Amino acid sequence: MLRPIIASSVLGAVVGSVLAAGVLFARAEGTPATVTIDNFSFTPATVTVKAGTTVTWTNKDDIPHGVGATNNAFKKSPALDTDDSYTFTFTTPGTYQYFCYLHPKMVGTIVVEQ
Amino acid sequence: MSEFDNRDGINRRKVLECMTWCGTGVLWTIAGGVPHSLGIMGEAQAAETRSLSFLQISDSHVGFDKPANPNALGTLEEAITKVNALPQKPAFMIHTGDISHLSKEKEFDDADHIISQSRLDVHYVPGEHDLIDADQGKIYRERYGKAAKGAGWYSFDANGVHFIGLVNVVNLQAGGLGNLGAEQLEWLENDVKGRSASSPIVLFAHIPLWTVYQDWGWGTQDGAQALSYLKKFGSVTVLNGHIHQVMQKVEGNVTFHTARSTAFPQPAPGTAPSPGPLKVPDDQLRKMLGIANVTFKQNEQRLAIIDSPLQA
Repeated sequence: MLRPIIASSVLGAVVGSVLAAGVLFARAEGTPATVTIDNFSFTPATVTVKAGTTVTWTNKDDIPHGVGATNNAFKKSPALDTDDSYTFTFTTPGTYQYFCYLHPKMVGTIVVEQ
Repeated sequence: MSEFDNRDGINRRKVLECMTWCGTGVLWTIAGGVPHSLGIMGEAQAAETRSLSFLQISDSHVGFDKPANPNALGTLEEAITKVNALPQKPAFMIHTGDISHLSKEKEFDDADHIISQSRLDVHYVPGEHDLIDADQGKIYRERYGKAAKGAGWYSFDANGVHFIGLVNVVNLQAGGLGNLGAEQLEWLENDVKGRSASSPIVLFAHIPLWTVYQDWGWGTQDGAQALSYLKKFGSVTVLNGHIHQVMQKVEGNVTFHTARSTAFPQPAPGTAPSPGPLKVPDDQLRKMLGIANVTFKQNEQRLAIIDSPLQA
């Protein structure tokens, strides 16, 4: 009766270590962040990440949207149809303001820290 | 000298009359001379023969296949069928943008195939959905904007009425509304500068040139600047799309009007969390795409619009 429990504990520990390693690795590079586009808004509106982090925007609306940075501070996305995603990796610390270039009332901010 | 160069003629034709909305389009009639010629049958008849009718359709969103209307091409075809059934053939059609949903060649092909069945000349302005190909509007400009300036603006004359097609969906700024931009504004100012104040002006663009609802971006940042160039004109009519519903405002000499979509309705300002497509029961859709009769009473600047459904 004990054996399966021990086995699963060992397995759990192994999985735990792998996950922990993964988290440590991700932290070093910046945990991937996601922004959902829904109801004509970016959620969360402000995302704070470490330099090197990849941010993914996913459009859940029935209408296409686009991600464009104010002053073109980062590469703008193509138009994102429903369920399309766009990723960009932020390597330089700073505050990046962006908006939907089709519906400019939609705005968001990515804060990139050292 | 053509009759349109006759200043007296233009004076008498400054009445703008919109006779019939048709399906998802609006049939406009611009009839001249009525106020001055009622007592003289000969002149009244002459005025009638000089009248101008045209149609507006908007927001066909060909390629849209979401629940609000899985067959946007089908409803466009229904609209064109209505156009073809009109007792009085319009002189031409204007399309106030969002021809396509995603600026794909096939979407434009499909739209052109259906719209060409009207056998009418069509004057287009782009919506934001028409400029989202990889080259940011190259497909649109090659198809519809070859004779246009800049991002696709132009003007033309018909029966003494000056038509101006503007583009307010380019270079949109964070947090802002529709945008015409300095270059287009300068062109507009010059385009109308030498014209007689009695010449009726019809201005058309995709996003409303007046602020319908700021929170949803339903307006044009520099729309007031554009209208400032038109102050001297006795009759200015502004026709827009974008908001997929009929809205009207009259301000002084200017009548603002938005047309319905041929594809799907959008919510009334502030009545939903976002301006996204409004899903209505299937048997309600064509009521939302409905029709309206618009008339202009002589000696009044106000256009009277009577809405009625495409499908009762």
